[in-house]
Amino acid sequence: MTTHTPDLSCVDLVKDFDSFRAVDHVSFEVPQGSFFSILGPSGCGKTTLLRMIAGFQSPTSGDLRIKGRSMIGVPPNKRPVSMVFQHLALFPTMNIGDNVGFGLRQRGVAKPEITRRVEDILARVGLPGVAQRRVDQLSGGQKQRVAIARCMVLEPDVLLLDEPLGALDLKLREHMKIELKALQAEFNTTFVYITHDQSEALVMSDNIAVMNHGRFEQVGPPQEVYHDPQTAFVAGFVGEANKIAATVAAVNGPNLTLRTEAGTELKATAPASGLQSGQRAQVFLRPEAIGLSMTPGDAGEDNVSQGTVTAVLFNGANSSVTVEDASGHALSVALPQTGGFADLRRGSTVYTRWHPDKARLYAAEG
Amino acid sequence: MVSDGSKLGFYLLLAPILLWLAVLIILPHIGLFVVSISERVGPREYEYGIGNYVTFFEEPLYWRTFARTAIMSIAATALTLILGFPIAYYIAKLTRGRTKTTLFLMCMIPFWVSELVRTFGWMILLRETGVISNALQYLGLVDGPVEMLYNDAAIMVGLVYTSILFMVVPLVTTLDSLDDSLIEAGYDLGGTGAAILREIVIPHAMPGIVSGCIVVFMLSLGNYLTPILLGGKDSLWFTGMIYTQFITRFNWELGSALGFLLLLLSSAVVFLGLKLSRQSLAETMGRA
Repeated sequence: MTTHTPDLSCVDLVKDFDSFRAVDHVSFEVPQGSFFSILGPSGCGKTTLLRMIAGFQSPTSGDLRIKGRSMIGVPPNKRPVSMVFQHLALFPTMNIGDNVGFGLRQRGVAKPEITRRVEDILARVGLPGVAQRRVDQLSGGQKQRVAIARCMVLEPDVLLLDEPLGALDLKLREHMKIELKALQAEFNTTFVYITHDQSEALVMSDNIAVMNHGRFEQVGPPQEVYHDPQTAFVAGFVGEANKIAATVAAVNGPNLTLRTEAGTELKATAPASGLQSGQRAQVFLRPEAIGLSMTPGDAGEDNVSQGTVTAVLFNGANSSVTVEDASGHALSVALPQTGGFADLRRGSTVYTRWHPDKARLYAAEG
Repeated sequence: MVSDGSKLGFYLLLAPILLWLAVLIILPHIGLFVVSISERVGPREYEYGIGNYVTFFEEPLYWRTFARTAIMSIAATALTLILGFPIAYYIAKLTRGRTKTTLFLMCMIPFWVSELVRTFGWMILLRETGVISNALQYLGLVDGPVEMLYNDAAIMVGLVYTSILFMVVPLVTTLDSLDDSLIEAGYDLGGTGAAILREIVIPHAMPGIVSGCIVVFMLSLGNYLTPILLGGKDSLWFTGMIYTQFITRFNWELGSALGFLLLLLSSAVVFLGLKLSRQSLAETMGRA
């Protein structure tokens, strides 16, 4: 398996526009049959990167290989990649069958063969017998599947998806996430998916690249990106996190003692943070990593503080409370739905605690 | 009361266009038709009959000019489409913001000058002692002066020039509404430039193409100035012939018959064009 060339590999890819660098020395590899997401805020260069892979923009420098073959100078219609556009770009002047058969017609496939393969692919995406319908007769989710079928009928090496779920309503988006993942498994094709929605990336991907200012901040499986973010940006962008500014007071091997501006002492375990005593740092804490209780608990426990509930944000399984400690610092804490905190109200006094190894530490910028 | 009031408002708003249709379009055409089926049997004596129409079919000059006018108008329309489409595509798809507005405006500027002046402009360029003839002589490419006016090519140039704006405007509007990602999707799925033009761009632009063609064809068919000025005496145009019947020969009956035939011709060609392009008039006019 290790001798296999990856379906897509980018080597030191750079794209400069007139006044700024949209993609800055990006290198990555996507193995065959995996679901790769590029996650980043708008304007981070992810769309430019995707358009370079599709061939609509050419890189300023660097190389881009698909199945080991360099794609530099290869026009989009000669590349073994297909793209699902943000607004799907189904041809409104053609019926569904002609839309899906478009690519096959361009390749000069015989008519009966096209009809057969179009029917076949439509059945595989769960839409048998819609070939004669018009585009505007389908629902949003059905159009989505037609757009994927239109690409997959060409059996591309890599399928690119440009935030195709963005235009759907929430319920359908949740449903399509699962369906997309299932389709990817079914076709066993390499998917490269770009999105700004971390939940889409986390749910569907085998690997996620988090992108910011044209660079990849971190590449890894969803669990790794979520639980072990390499940079402050990743920690803040992927998932919810409480951000605490503090100064390192003491370093004792992997155990650090920090002091917030308000004077609260924090204990954290960070074996490879590289932080020195006296350095300013940012502490990131997931809301679900913070425990909540009505009593102070055992003495000598680390990172326990008393606070007042300032807001209860009920959102079913994702409910949270905002707890403000004596110094006025607010923490967002996940609210367990096991019943014990059902009567928590604004103004209630609670105790928050978190284990030192749940915190992520990064040197503060500037 | 409310519904009565709004009904009154509706009819009041409708009144001008109904009046316009009735007084300026329908009544004159009824009059024209009545005159066209009148035959003069003596001084101030008329009988109803189809004699005028028979004359048209019996006299080769009339129906040949008629056919020539139709064919040349169709050719001018086709030529305008071929020239106008790339211009419209460039303006709509390949330019942005200020450049787009400027280019669009530059297409319009010549139309601020009257058609007569524009046609004279072409005469200055094309005539024996004109700009092009002189330039060719100066460059030594020809020995003597060349006459480029008074032939069918000159008429064609004039017709295309006069009507190209009416092709470009609807085309720019429809092409503007074509989403760029559709063109990109076409390329992405392996389409060549020609295939995308044929399968994506032209089907989308069809309403614009058809409405542009209808307008240009009507303008060419009904044009009077350009064929007369650029075509000279030998280049006959059907409108010129109608003019002659009414003004020179005082034969209003035949003139009316010819006018009516021109109306039938243009309706027939537009109908055929819509049938061939599988567009409906309502859809075309609604979208463009």
